[in-house]
Amino acid sequence: MALSTKDLLGIKGMAADEIKLILDTAATFKDVSERDIKKVPTLRGKTVINLFYEASTRTRTSFELAGKRLSADVINISTSTSSVTKGETLLDTAQNIEAMKSDIIIVRHACSGAPEFLAHRLKSSVINAGDGFHEHPTQALLDMFTIREKLGRLDGVTVAIVGDILHSRVARSNIYGLATMGATVRVCGPPTMVPPGIEKMGAKVYSDMDEAVQGADVVMMLRLQLERQAAGLFPGVREYARLFGLNRARLDRVGKNAIVMHPGPMNRGVEIASDVADNSSVILDQVTNGVAVRMAVMFLLSGGAKPEA
Amino acid sequence: MNILIKNGHIIDPANKVDGKFDLLVADGKIAKLGKPGSLPSNGAEVIDAAGKLIVPGLIDMHVHLREPGYEYKETIATGTAAARAGGFTAVCCMPNTNPVNDSRSVTEFILSQAAKDGAARVLPIGAITKGSKGEELAEMGELHDAGCVGISDDGRPVMSAAVMRRAMEYSKIFDIAVISHCEEASLADKGVMNEGFVSTELGLRGIPNAAEDVMTGRDILLAELTGARLHICHVSTAGSVRLIREAKQRGVKVTAETCPHYFTLTEDAVRGYNTMAKMNPPLRTFEDVAAIKQGLKDGTLDVIATDHAPHALDEKSGEFDAAPFGIVGLETAVGLSLKLVQEGVLTMSQLIERMSAAPARIIKSAGGTLSAGAVADITIIDPDVEWTVDASQFKSRSKNTPFGGWKLKGRAVQTIVGGRL
Repeated sequence: MALSTKDLLGIKGMAADEIKLILDTAATFKDVSERDIKKVPTLRGKTVINLFYEASTRTRTSFELAGKRLSADVINISTSTSSVTKGETLLDTAQNIEAMKSDIIIVRHACSGAPEFLAHRLKSSVINAGDGFHEHPTQALLDMFTIREKLGRLDGVTVAIVGDILHSRVARSNIYGLATMGATVRVCGPPTMVPPGIEKMGAKVYSDMDEAVQGADVVMMLRLQLERQAAGLFPGVREYARLFGLNRARLDRVGKNAIVMHPGPMNRGVEIASDVADNSSVILDQVTNGVAVRMAVMFLLSGGAKPEA
Repeated sequence: MNILIKNGHIIDPANKVDGKFDLLVADGKIAKLGKPGSLPSNGAEVIDAAGKLIVPGLIDMHVHLREPGYEYKETIATGTAAARAGGFTAVCCMPNTNPVNDSRSVTEFILSQAAKDGAARVLPIGAITKGSKGEELAEMGELHDAGCVGISDDGRPVMSAAVMRRAMEYSKIFDIAVISHCEEASLADKGVMNEGFVSTELGLRGIPNAAEDVMTGRDILLAELTGARLHICHVSTAGSVRLIREAKQRGVKVTAETCPHYFTLTEDAVRGYNTMAKMNPPLRTFEDVAAIKQGLKDGTLDVIATDHAPHALDEKSGEFDAAPFGIVGLETAVGLSLKLVQEGVLTMSQLIERMSAAPARIIKSAGGTLSAGAVADITIIDPDVEWTVDASQFKSRSKNTPFGGWKLKGRAVQTIVGGRL
């Protein structure tokens, strides 16, 4: 089996069986990272480029390790060290990379749609590693993988996503994916940070966090960009933490043993209390699973043979 | 050279003419209208316009010719060639050039280039404020004297209500239209498309309708306060149509324009991060399109202009956020606007009025009519010819259109400027 598309640009439009294929494939890759020799020869001879126009440690490292554990040659390019600062266009940069014969280009960009723009113009497979406020498909896949791993299913699960929905590509990809897989999605945040029409994407909107998390199986906290305060989107960290932060007392009120997720990096004491993050979350499992999911995506886009797991 | 245009259907809304007549042009002026076959040719060049519409030369009161400063996008020569190809005998050029047209020297440069290279008449619009910075008034008297037919800080709306008030008051000396690009900057912020479900899905920053409507409302109130002549640019929202309609009912001296894209496309055109559908104001929703059509029908919107905004393809190719706002419009406007007649929104006479007599009235131009003695600015339209938009064939230096490949019915087939074919 392989994915029918050349690229992975977003979760929107993906069928349930495609998502399931990726998650199932990731499960077979997960134990590669647990071995003493963390490497399989699956993508030997393939060239993978991490083209990151936005700062990232976790996602870039995760893709890099995923490629290396599949035996691909992985190169990292970030804006600070590329010709981007000299004013080269996005397409010129990408075409120059492709001229050196890349197979997969992983793109992170602050502008929504940048990976799609490149995908239509390059022969290489393009994987969206997060574009603007649009999508972050591998994050949603690793989140779904983690939920399925912890709860045994996605169908019928209730997920509350809390925080700055407006600027969150993680939220959008998760809403699409979870809705497709039969989960119920609630989103909650200050109305200044909930975009119009989000309910049409398949999410129910809340502004009261206690109500939003009531009876949820999963509480997914989003990172608050502190500079949004200057833009007038919330009055201050103190009030934000009070209304939209996940602390022990609020978690206890959920009413069941909900799992707590966060895509990172966290603002401890703002959207999530340290006690919750350290003692009651699956945040590090998400990070572990990210490598397996990204291995699966690269493998399936390469249309390769059976996983040699 | 004299020209006899025979067998055509003449539509001259200013004179309430709508029927089969022959038209004689002599010495660059409209000489005479007569029953078919009644006018002798006497050696005039004869144009057989059977099946065609003969209308006053179309006037586009909202065009960016880009010269001086951005000649790689458009020049006065290429822009007026595009105008003429699209059926326009005159265009008003917006002042957001480099330098900004805020002084006599820039206006005179534009007019001298137009006299040298222009394929159509060029009627400059001067800046409201120096450098279009929204701070001090530009020397309106000098601009008016040099030939500017209106004032506008198009593209950089005047944020200070006090400055706008003073501009309106001062404009009364010259009875010149204050042409307002209505956009409240703090609401539009860094938006790149309409705010709504599509912007949510695409993860693009939205510009709410209110960003336009708040300013439309402000400027109407200021026009009411000052008694100045206010003209509202490129109306894109149902809310602005409603505000303008109410203001007209109250007797405020306000006129307004919209553009073909605002009654033809919706925000859905942006899907796929289509930078050719990125314009300011942004493409809105189906409800807004319906309101724009209704506004044109009931006369709330006086004018169809293009907001012809040439940009190089390199600039339009890349990240959606980074692409400049705007599309070219001169060579598709007639074909797209004729859809309004085909759909029954406007009569042919109403459409022609909104593209000729109405803008002429607002800018106080002598054009827009086929009256005997008027300059012979004439557009001949074939309303039935079917054609496909091919940007590579545009006379404009820029090809940034969302309408490439569209099949349209009707276009201008001949544009006569001052009696010259």
